[in-house]
Amino acid sequence: MSSKLKLFSFSGGIHPPENKHMTENKKIETCKSPDIVTIPLLQHTGAPCEPLVAKGDEVKLGQKIGEPKGYISAPVHSSVSGVVKSIETVDLPTGIKANAVIIENDGKDTPEEPLTSGKRLEDFSIKELQNLVLEAGIVGLGGACFPTHVKLSPPDDKKIDIIILNGAECEPFLTSDHRLMVEKPEEIIYGMKVIMKILNVSQGYIAIEDNKPDAINIMKEAAQKEKGIQIIALPTRYPQGAEKQLIYAVTGRQVPAGGLPADIGVEVNNVCTAAAIARAIQTGMPLYQRIVTVSGGAVKEPKNVLVRLGTSFRDVIEFCGGWTEEPAKIINGGPMMGTALHTLDVPVTKQTSGILLFTKKEAEQPEPSNCIRCARCHYVCPIRLLPMNISAQSLLGNYEEAEKLHALECIECGCCSYICPASRPLLQSIQVAKKEIIEARKQNA
Amino acid sequence: MSNYIVSSSPHIRTHESTSRIMLDVIIALIPAGVVSIWKFGVKSLWVILLAVISSVLTEYIVQKLTKKTVTINDFSSAVTGLLLAYNLPPGAPWWMVIIGSVIAIALVKHAFGGLGHNFMNPALAARAVLMACWPVHMTNWISPGSDAVSSATPLVLRKISDAATSATSAATSSATSGATAGATAASMELPSLLDVIIGNIPGSLGEISSAALLIGAAYLLYRGVINWRIPFTYLATTFVLTLFINGWDFYDAFYQLFLGGLILGAFFMATDYSSSPVTSLGQIIMGIGCGILTTVIREFGGYPEGVSYSILLMNVATPLIEKYTMPKIFGEVGSRV
Repeated sequence: MSSKLKLFSFSGGIHPPENKHMTENKKIETCKSPDIVTIPLLQHTGAPCEPLVAKGDEVKLGQKIGEPKGYISAPVHSSVSGVVKSIETVDLPTGIKANAVIIENDGKDTPEEPLTSGKRLEDFSIKELQNLVLEAGIVGLGGACFPTHVKLSPPDDKKIDIIILNGAECEPFLTSDHRLMVEKPEEIIYGMKVIMKILNVSQGYIAIEDNKPDAINIMKEAAQKEKGIQIIALPTRYPQGAEKQLIYAVTGRQVPAGGLPADIGVEVNNVCTAAAIARAIQTGMPLYQRIVTVSGGAVKEPKNVLVRLGTSFRDVIEFCGGWTEEPAKIINGGPMMGTALHTLDVPVTKQTSGILLFTKKEAEQPEPSNCIRCARCHYVCPIRLLPMNISAQSLLGNYEEAEKLHALECIECGCCSYICPASRPLLQSIQVAKKEIIEARKQNA
Repeated sequence: MSNYIVSSSPHIRTHESTSRIMLDVIIALIPAGVVSIWKFGVKSLWVILLAVISSVLTEYIVQKLTKKTVTINDFSSAVTGLLLAYNLPPGAPWWMVIIGSVIAIALVKHAFGGLGHNFMNPALAARAVLMACWPVHMTNWISPGSDAVSSATPLVLRKISDAATSATSAATSSATSGATAGATAASMELPSLLDVIIGNIPGSLGEISSAALLIGAAYLLYRGVINWRIPFTYLATTFVLTLFINGWDFYDAFYQLFLGGLILGAFFMATDYSSSPVTSLGQIIMGIGCGILTTVIREFGGYPEGVSYSILLMNVATPLIEKYTMPKIFGEVGSRV
């Protein structure tokens, strides 16, 4: 399908330096299988898993080692075969701590029984597919890590009529989605078909920012023969890939404040998630590896790497030749929304889309000064909030006032802090306000 | 153990800074300053230098005395000094310039919390105080090129000629005062439109050349330091209202746009970040409000010009305007994108 579609444009947004040139033309390389993997039992939004193995147990590649507790959760699997060394609390790259299964790799990659084998997509029932997505431990690989099986089982009163795959990849530096689209377009299309089948939807869009013309062309070619799947080129503007902004850009529908995409009949998944679904169905293997962009000025050989979950950041950096100079800052994810880490000894999880090593110069940030009320934060806010006012109230501890200014609607894209000429910690103070507001609501409930 | 920097996202920042914005304003004000020095000679230069230096010095002293970080390198006090100078007559006495700077920086800016917290435009507030205290010095206009020849600004002439016309036409019997005013107006004709736009007129030292100010304004718009909302609605409102009040005299309505510091006020003073609304709708209301007040003061008030008072009045209305013009957020009922 190639009919011209009317695109909508969200308000606000920024054009930070893209810095994708370091890795956008580099083929995905498979990272060396590490001697030891640290597999956290919490790699998703929701409840952590219960371990299914104990110290000394032998595990196989793809074996389920963590059982989800609760509906909003997802199982975790071993990314190597070997012996469980211990189960202990570790630092996660998101800045929190969680229990993890530490496995010594025997290097044999003895595989677990596949979840499914050789069945064609037409022969699966919807229930079987939903269960497969759950059993394969698939979560949103764009960064939110929301369990995908939950998204693929919407309540009956929410009728979904449009599926969007998010290939915008608007974060600077990151190119893992880009490379996936260029190298494995058929996996993405297959995953899209699975999602469309599960949700009984005939309209599917794959949205890509127009700074990736090669990916757009390749995806268009791959989608040519597919009914109902259309490739959309979106203008390059951060945060084009933010869920609400993406839905608006493609469909013109606005997710109501405080609502979910399903409220307006739309479901968004990352292209990586779609590919993971495809792989689970085609190979029967659960999600045990992901593509990670390793970049930043301090990395010796910036790369896109296929990494087994649980591999430490240090091993991944080593695979990329180490660093040219001692990095000043380590970031899990992109530079706009990623988390700065105090150590390289954290495992790659389902959430890790990028590892950035910033040089001293790249990490430099000016000291904050007085707000001059230039309102640039307001102009760039894709939600049209008044970040400087919310921030001012937050810094004074007036969280109720911050709530009245819609602090909870903030999507934490970071445009406000990026653009602030006074370098004020706008997003940071809004995040504090959000936390306090949610805390207060819990107390009052 | 290595020490990696841990900070909240985002991890990249724009290169724009407060000092860069202030520097842009200074750059934008240069053409008008050059015309002023060309027209009024070195007198202008002295007032400009004195105002800038005393403003920066005042900020330095205030911040030292209150044990705060000295922030004179953000250029904001230099901008205030420059704007104050542009609002003074070219021959303003030195002590008046210094007093004005101290009022602007110490009283209007720092007493209320410093940069970003002043509730009025500091330069305009200082001008208003000086005007109230030393009206003679503040209206001692001189003609460009001549040496200390007292003159009247075109707006004053316009006011006198208006009064004369209405007086002569209304009451032929008691025409004494009218005739006198008429004679004065006749002897001092209104300058041509070209002179007015270039700046070949008496007036405050930075306001005279609308052409030079517009060049600066275009630069500020291009750099994104200001947006069109306040200045354009301000000028449009003034134009339309004057047109309406003066019986569809297009020439006069156009002519008076370039008088009395309207261009300086609309682009450089009413757009002051601290004392104007941040919301889009609020900025439009600010512009319209300034336009209405300026026209009313000019046409019906006792003063010949009303730019500074109208901006100051709208400055104090700013918090109220903001309160009632909060934008609808994304996804809110009835919001536009």
